[in-house]
Amino acid sequence: MSNLGATTVTPAPTTGTPPLWRRALGHRSFVLGGILTLLLVLAATLSLVWTPWSPYEMNLPGKLAGPNATHWLGTDAFGRDVASLLLVGARNSILVGVIAVTIGLVIGTGLGLLASARRGWVEELIMRLSDFTFAFPAILSAIMMTAVFGAGIVNSIIAIGIFNIPTFARITRASANAIWSREFVLAARACGKGPWSITMDHVLPNILSVLTVQITIRFAIAILAEAALSYLGLGTQPPQPSWGRMLAEAQTLMFQAPLLAVFPGLAIALAVLGLNLLGDGLRDLMDPRLARKR
Amino acid sequence: MGPFLVKRFLTLIATLIGASVVVFLVLEILPGNAAEIMMGPDASPEAVQALAEKLGLNHPAWERYWDWVIGMLTGNLGDSYAYSSPVSELMLERLTLTMPLALMAMSLTTVLALVVGIYAAARHNRMGDVGLMGLTQVGIAIPNFWFAIMLILFFSVKLQWFSAGGFDGWSEGVGSALWSLLLPALSLAVVQAAILARITRSAVLEVMREDYVRTARAKGLSQRATLWGHVLRNAMIPVITVMGLQSAELLAGTIVVENVFYLPGLGRLIFQSIANRDLIVVRNCVMFLATMVVVVNFIVDVLYAVIDPRVKASDI
Repeated sequence: MSNLGATTVTPAPTTGTPPLWRRALGHRSFVLGGILTLLLVLAATLSLVWTPWSPYEMNLPGKLAGPNATHWLGTDAFGRDVASLLLVGARNSILVGVIAVTIGLVIGTGLGLLASARRGWVEELIMRLSDFTFAFPAILSAIMMTAVFGAGIVNSIIAIGIFNIPTFARITRASANAIWSREFVLAARACGKGPWSITMDHVLPNILSVLTVQITIRFAIAILAEAALSYLGLGTQPPQPSWGRMLAEAQTLMFQAPLLAVFPGLAIALAVLGLNLLGDGLRDLMDPRLARKR
Repeated sequence: MGPFLVKRFLTLIATLIGASVVVFLVLEILPGNAAEIMMGPDASPEAVQALAEKLGLNHPAWERYWDWVIGMLTGNLGDSYAYSSPVSELMLERLTLTMPLALMAMSLTTVLALVVGIYAAARHNRMGDVGLMGLTQVGIAIPNFWFAIMLILFFSVKLQWFSAGGFDGWSEGVGSALWSLLLPALSLAVVQAAILARITRSAVLEVMREDYVRTARAKGLSQRATLWGHVLRNAMIPVITVMGLQSAELLAGTIVVENVFYLPGLGRLIFQSIANRDLIVVRNCVMFLATMVVVVNFIVDVLYAVIDPRVKASDI
């Protein structure tokens, strides 16, 4: 409004929104989240081929050292190098996230697509089932699993994965139902396509963006849940390094080595922050409605 | 309202039955022989047999399920294997800590979230808004048990304002009991408040764009009067829904946080019972927490209908 007196006429935007990659690079959350997530993946990948020290090698005389030139982040109660433990811990977190989200994604999306394609009692049944799985937050279902099958990384991954199923089922069904009511689906039906091929050719490709956003968010929640379970001693078991268990061990040494409790928590928080920001960014970039508002 | 309530109540009952079947299947049927799990691998077959008989494991599954349900309705939950005392007594004793803790955390969450969310919305896109929303992103990413450890590190180890954990009970005075619950409640609340503040902010902003709000402003109402008189009631609908979901998270969170602060609550009881392989206690505690989650969601839905009259018509 302030440039009413200006003589130059700005040309009207021709095609509306700029290309996706340019919007992506200009999106603060997306860029920051992308960088943090990339760092997490790089740390995990790096730990496969190299760590400053062996994360399993104990060195009791050099225990509880503060950060120094040889051990950048110091050593823990067994003299293990904290930086190396954190790197391998990143791998552990990614492993848990990938498997737990895949379980939820494959089964949940499958059920959601089925509910949406069949409607009727199938939909009702699947949705009511997912309703009451909501009564069991991840940690509660993990506790049930570990009470029966014992603590361990596999059981905690399965528990977190099961918790993801209803979330993916609900989101898939809601978005798929919206696609099913579109004209191009009607056209495809008129051409004689069956529910299976419509689901695969039209519905699934159109809900991929919603699912992608959800994947990043559930990934972050899986990392948090695994850390909590490992902290309680129900998740990853020693000697496999895990951020959650590092915190549990550090808590007993808070008076001698307070920094030990800081680093693993920071690692978890940065990983989760990165994934959440990435998810927020993706949602803004992929949802055309929000993109137009910007 | 009537038909909606009845329908919603029937769903509540169905969900509870479903949840109890799941808990029973996972903790009773799946293990095969619960007595074997409880006594560990070193137990003699005779001892396992004796416990199995004591637990009634030789009865058919449906009969055991039925007995459990009746037991829950009458308050007779059986005896703990590790503590050799009635499970209901154990749970009631622990709940005197967990319930106040969860309520305190929920109140802190609500106050923090509403203050931050409404303030941020009122200062939309200005410094205060951007700064606070950045902080909430960080708040969401922080694991609550790590935040708890950081609070202990700062307030207990460094400043020594609080003890690093433990709970002396209510008999030592309500003030000191609440004081020792403050850090645990805060560590539970901050993460949830970060989420709720973001929801509150966007709900308030959404409503502020409505025509009737513009009308209210046009007829000369101040921004403050519009906000309190017209915006908040409608903005509270999504906020209350999320609060319902969050109370579930808070209850589950007590399991972790009680362990950080060594508080003798329900969460720690579950955790210790897993270590003791005390499946009867685990089963009843898990069922209790699941029931709380389902009931809170029921209350939220009813509140929803009270706040938003449209729900009644559309949901019947």
